[in-house]
Amino acid sequence: MSIGHTFLGLLESSPRHGYDLKRAYDERFGHTRPLHFGQVYSTLSRLLRNGLVAVDSVEPGEGPERKRYAITEAGVTDVQRWLSQPEKPEPYLQSVLYTKVVLALLTDRPAADLLDTQRAEHLRLMRELTRRKTHGDLAEQLICDHALFHLEADLRWLELTAARLDELAKEVRA
Amino acid sequence: MTGEPLLVGDDLHRSFGPTPALAGASISVRAGEVVAVMGPSGSGKSTLLHCLAGIVRPDRGSVRYRGTELATLSDAGRSALRRREFGFVFQFGQLVPELTCLENVALPLRLERVPRREAERRAGEWLARLEVADVAGKRPGEVSGGQGQRVAVARALVTGPRVVFADEPTGALDSLNGERVMRLLAGAARETGAAVLLVTHEPRVAAYSDREVVVRDGRARSLEQVA
Ligand SMILES: Nc1ncnc2c1ncn2[C@@H]1O[C@H](COP(=O)(O)OP(=O)(O)OP(=O)(O)O)[C@@H](O)[C@H]1O
Ligand SMILES: [Mg+2]
Repeated sequence: MSIGHTFLGLLESSPRHGYDLKRAYDERFGHTRPLHFGQVYSTLSRLLRNGLVAVDSVEPGEGPERKRYAITEAGVTDVQRWLSQPEKPEPYLQSVLYTKVVLALLTDRPAADLLDTQRAEHLRLMRELTRRKTHGDLAEQLICDHALFHLEADLRWLELTAARLDELAKEVRA
Repeated sequence: MTGEPLLVGDDLHRSFGPTPALAGASISVRAGEVVAVMGPSGSGKSTLLHCLAGIVRPDRGSVRYRGTELATLSDAGRSALRRREFGFVFQFGQLVPELTCLENVALPLRLERVPRREAERRAGEWLARLEVADVAGKRPGEVSGGQGQRVAVARALVTGPRVVFADEPTGALDSLNGERVMRLLAGAARETGAAVLLVTHEPRVAAYSDREVVVRDGRARSLEQVA
């Protein structure tokens, strides 16, 4: 995820100190991976250098947390461009799962068991996310749903592959 | 895992004509657990559910519910067991179209000779629990698919069953409504201690279960034993 663009979006909603910015980011988007202060200040200095943010006010005293940052016109344009561009869909065509299945078939190992083991692992994670979702607020639910739909897609692929394993074995061994 | 199995199907075989629908399926369900039954179309999931619920008689193998072999019960004994101890939810068409939703939910209690007022009071509580209190006076044809399924879940749970058999209860719903039905079904079952045997094709619905059994070619396999 683009931390820089996310910072710009947060700053567009209101100017903030570095510390507030980190807190807002972690609360909304950082769920499992909060930012380090190092990341926060290196990102801010890059945005400053590129003229996308400016120091809005400096309180007396020492240290980087005295500065309050605001977005510039150029920054707003940049956020606008980022939001209006679609993300590149990632089809994961070279899936490690596919590789494992083919190698299992090539080496006469039980590929069906490999698929079942993976399936159980996927569903285990889906259960965990479902529990989290059941107890979470709407933001938490949306984040979990995103992961759940992706895991579901993988799981459907595992099912379909299991159903076509004999065919695939013939092709692979031919 | 804790608790003795509540319901056990052992080496179940069942054919329809020359096609074997079940070919040695075994499964055991403990009190209070939600078990997802998955597997390809035609693999025998519904047949397995019907055998376990005493609706279809297996050609071979046994079904024991709380230690009693279902085959040793009379037809009347089996239907009484289904009425009192089991609840059922299917994909569609399970509500009586001429009755209101409230009357539909009260019906299993009325069949057990619970007086009308008491039956309808309890039915009303279940409708509220399933977040469909507002459709109590409507007929099934006048409610949405998701509402209808929540009414069906209320009807399955109103008698306080120990086992709920649900065959694709969310199969006809969009994902948001499907999950809502599943969340309410799993939540209510956990509160009342009912076991749920849930057939589903949807992994996100199966994710509300405690464990998964996959049926392939008429055989059931508990995946947690593989991992
Ligand atoms: N009443 C019946 N008469 C004849 N054949 C039947 C009957 N019930 C099931 N079968 C056959 O038995 C096999 C298993 O059917 P079953 O309905 O149990 O599968 P399923 O796993 O529930 O499939 P689906 O996911 O499509 O609902 C299929 O080949 C089916 O055609
Ligand atoms: Mg079926």
